Amino acid sequence: MLTALIILWPALAALLVLLVKGDGARKIAFGAALVELVLGVWAWINFVPNASTQFLLNEPWIAEAGIMFKVGMDGISLLMVLLTVFLVPLIILSTAKHTYEKPNSFYALILFMQTGLVGVFTALDAFVFYFFWEVALIPIYFIAGMWGGENRVRVTFKFFIYTVFGSLFMLAAFVYLYFQTPGTHSSEEVAFYQLVLDAGTQSWLFWFLFIAFAIKMPVFPFHTWQPDTYTTAPAAGTMLLSGIMLKMGIYGALRWLLPVVPLGVSQWADVVVVLAIIGIIYGAIIAIRQQDMKRLVAFSSVSHVGLIAAGLFTLNHHGLQGAMVQMLSHGINVVGMFFIIDIIQRRTGTREIAALGGITQNTPFLSVCFLVLLLGTVALPLTNGFVGEFLLLMGVYQYNNWLGAIAGLTIILGAVYMLRMFQRVMFGEKNEITQGFTDLTFNEKAVLVPLVVMVFWIGLHPNTFLSLSEPSVLKLLDVIKR
Amino acid sequence: MTSIILLSIFGILNLFVGFMKSKRVLMPVVLLFLAVALVATLLDWNQPQSYFSNMLSTDNFSVGFTAVMVVSTLLILPFSRRYAINENANLAEYYSLLLFSLVGGIMMVTYENLLVLFLGIEIMSISMYILAGSDKRNILSNEASMKYFLMGSFFTGIILFGVALLYGATGAFYLTDIAAAAARMDPATAPLLLMGLLLVLVGVTFKIGAAPFHFWTPDVYEGTPTVFTSYMSTVVKTAGIAAFYKLMSAAFGGVYEQWFPTVVAITVLTLVIGNIGAVAQNSLKRMLAYSSISHAGYLMIALTSFNDRSENAILFYSLAYAVATIAAFGVLKYVADERSSDEYTAFNGLGKTNPLLAFVMTVAMLSLAGIPLTGGFFGKLFLFSAALEQGMVWLIVVAVLMSAVGIYYYFRVIIAMYMRDAEGTRIAVDPLATFTLISLVVLTVLMGVVPGLFSNLL
Repeated sequence: MLTALIILWPALAALLVLLVKGDGARKIAFGAALVELVLGVWAWINFVPNASTQFLLNEPWIAEAGIMFKVGMDGISLLMVLLTVFLVPLIILSTAKHTYEKPNSFYALILFMQTGLVGVFTALDAFVFYFFWEVALIPIYFIAGMWGGENRVRVTFKFFIYTVFGSLFMLAAFVYLYFQTPGTHSSEEVAFYQLVLDAGTQSWLFWFLFIAFAIKMPVFPFHTWQPDTYTTAPAAGTMLLSGIMLKMGIYGALRWLLPVVPLGVSQWADVVVVLAIIGIIYGAIIAIRQQDMKRLVAFSSVSHVGLIAAGLFTLNHHGLQGAMVQMLSHGINVVGMFFIIDIIQRRTGTREIAALGGITQNTPFLSVCFLVLLLGTVALPLTNGFVGEFLLLMGVYQYNNWLGAIAGLTIILGAVYMLRMFQRVMFGEKNEITQGFTDLTFNEKAVLVPLVVMVFWIGLHPNTFLSLSEPSVLKLLDVIKR
Repeated sequence: MTSIILLSIFGILNLFVGFMKSKRVLMPVVLLFLAVALVATLLDWNQPQSYFSNMLSTDNFSVGFTAVMVVSTLLILPFSRRYAINENANLAEYYSLLLFSLVGGIMMVTYENLLVLFLGIEIMSISMYILAGSDKRNILSNEASMKYFLMGSFFTGIILFGVALLYGATGAFYLTDIAAAAARMDPATAPLLLMGLLLVLVGVTFKIGAAPFHFWTPDVYEGTPTVFTSYMSTVVKTAGIAAFYKLMSAAFGGVYEQWFPTVVAITVLTLVIGNIGAVAQNSLKRMLAYSSISHAGYLMIALTSFNDRSENAILFYSLAYAVATIAAFGVLKYVADERSSDEYTAFNGLGKTNPLLAFVMTVAMLSLAGIPLTGGFFGKLFLFSAALEQGMVWLIVVAVLMSAVGIYYYFRVIIAMYMRDAEGTRIAVDPLATFTLISLVVLTVLMGVVPGLFSNLL
């Protein structure tokens, strides 16, 4: 029941928000997101840290076809739900200084998207998963398309067509798998896990499923929609896309690809890991060349996600646990980074690195927050990024020493582009546009402080979160290695 | 069955109601007639019966499709309110013709005998020929009527020719007798039988607007007054596809392999031509015409198997498609009347001037594109599943690719409404139409969220 409540609450709140005119919409949306956060924390408190699926709801959806509305949470789902319910209120709060045309639609869409996201992370039936997968896509399309910047129509349309194209293949694979299940057919997760398919079938099924997830993550060479979309979308949209939606792809691969077609994965894992590592290097090198801060972070995201994907497909314990914790860390860091870029852009009117400089002089608080998040992103020890990247690199190293060594470049390259950006934007002499730069307001602190706290929490005591997903990850590995 | 008799009587009665001074009473009266017919239809649920020496029979299949058609008509009528204001419109005649056409449609889903099928097609089509030209001072409407009539009567002739050949080959008009004769496949009469089958097939594909006999659709849809276009692309198509399915399953299910390659070829051609053709359109009305061709293609996918799964899939899809199409044409009608254009550009900024109309249109487009949360998604899922169960993987790959193409043109409307600047002013919509539009959205979303309510009716 709790799972259903966590899924439904934002959608109901969205309907309420739609009815509100003006500034009240944001406040109500924020309140609703806080309630959702409380529900998420409530689930966390009541969660028994073992491998079982908890808070299960299993109702017939299309009864005669054996399709159930089955949702619940194991450790992996819970972590993703916690990430979502933690980030969404902060994202809503981060928009306080913006005035949007039709604010009620804007915030209703954010909440509606949260329903889709939580649904994806808790679905235990393939069709329910697909359903929420698309439900999460529609709002972000409108958010990016209606409130975005230049070229928004073309860019968001490309994004939409791209992702839908990928997910149609996933749907086709699900329908195929559904008909392979014995008896009156079932599309439940467990039924898919029990399927025994020959290697040839698994081989093509792998690509049908992988393309959907690879486009969403995105893994090189399926990433071409991403930098444009991240750059064009409004700040809140970019945060939703990079902070949470990207994790749908990784989570989807973890839950609906690796255990469902293990033989297919073992045939293609080499290719995927190599692609992912190309993405790491490629994203990082392009990031170094960027002048626009938002684009820089967008490409750095390609790079970081490449490492998560590589870790995922190593199919070992370190790789998977690393992916789990790095999903959280990346979500927290990237949302923080995009928010700081948004703050800088709002105060100076530009995101060009070359045009900025000397911001530290007036803004001790902002500088500290920015530095912490940035160090988290470049994986300095004691920060969240270190834990995730360390585990992931260990996983890749176990998989193949050489690939591990190449993937390790991410830390060096990441430091290059991030520190370069920090240095040019924050240090140096003030110029006319950064002259009157003021430090953070209360609202902005309220967004950044929780993020900074999380950077250290995960960095210093990752076990709070690792222990939640540990049993489920081990169970998943058993299924994969069956 | 009762609904056929009732609607025929109501059609005549309605002509007398038309003598009254006020045209405004007409719509409520017709809505009432339709509601009565709907109840009469639903009373036959789970009570299979046959009439007139087995020439007609009602079973859940026919009741289901009759209900879809009557409900569609009920939902289309509220958009005809503007005709009530127009002095030149012969409203009572239009409504009576709609009711008669509906009678023909019902005969097309209850037939057990090819003569009844033929009569049904004729009754339905002749009414539509007139309605296509009902905007008599508009040259496009005249063109539509003329084209539809010439082509339509030509293809009716082909159907009749086919029926005659089938009679020659089997000595029967009854579906069951034809099935028995077809199963024997007597070598002496086999060419005659197959020729007859082919001709009937050609005629029926024309009626549902499937390629390569689709050429009339865009022009006729464009010229016909929008309310009747809406009727044409929902009720007429539903009747056609149900009749087609019934014919193939009841009479020729046993000689599957004989006609199957032809039908699959038509399906693929229809999907490709409908979707690619729609991409090239600048007029929303013409786009919807091509989209209706493509949906005929999706519906024909159900002919890959004859079982409960495919029957239910086709019913679900017909309903979802009808509801979304009526909503789309409803909004189109208001926008086109106000801005005197049915191009995409007429929709620019509708999200700002008329949020409700824009929202209804968005839901309709999402449903037609087959995006989750709407009935169209499950419609496609069920249809594709039914075909996949038969192992028709490559057909579904084509259909899925074409659905991706569909997203392109359906989203052009959404982009125009929300992401372009407003050009016109606010459009006034009367309360009844508003209510209908909202019900259409609710129904679409309901089918998309709790599909179980509608997915296993037959």
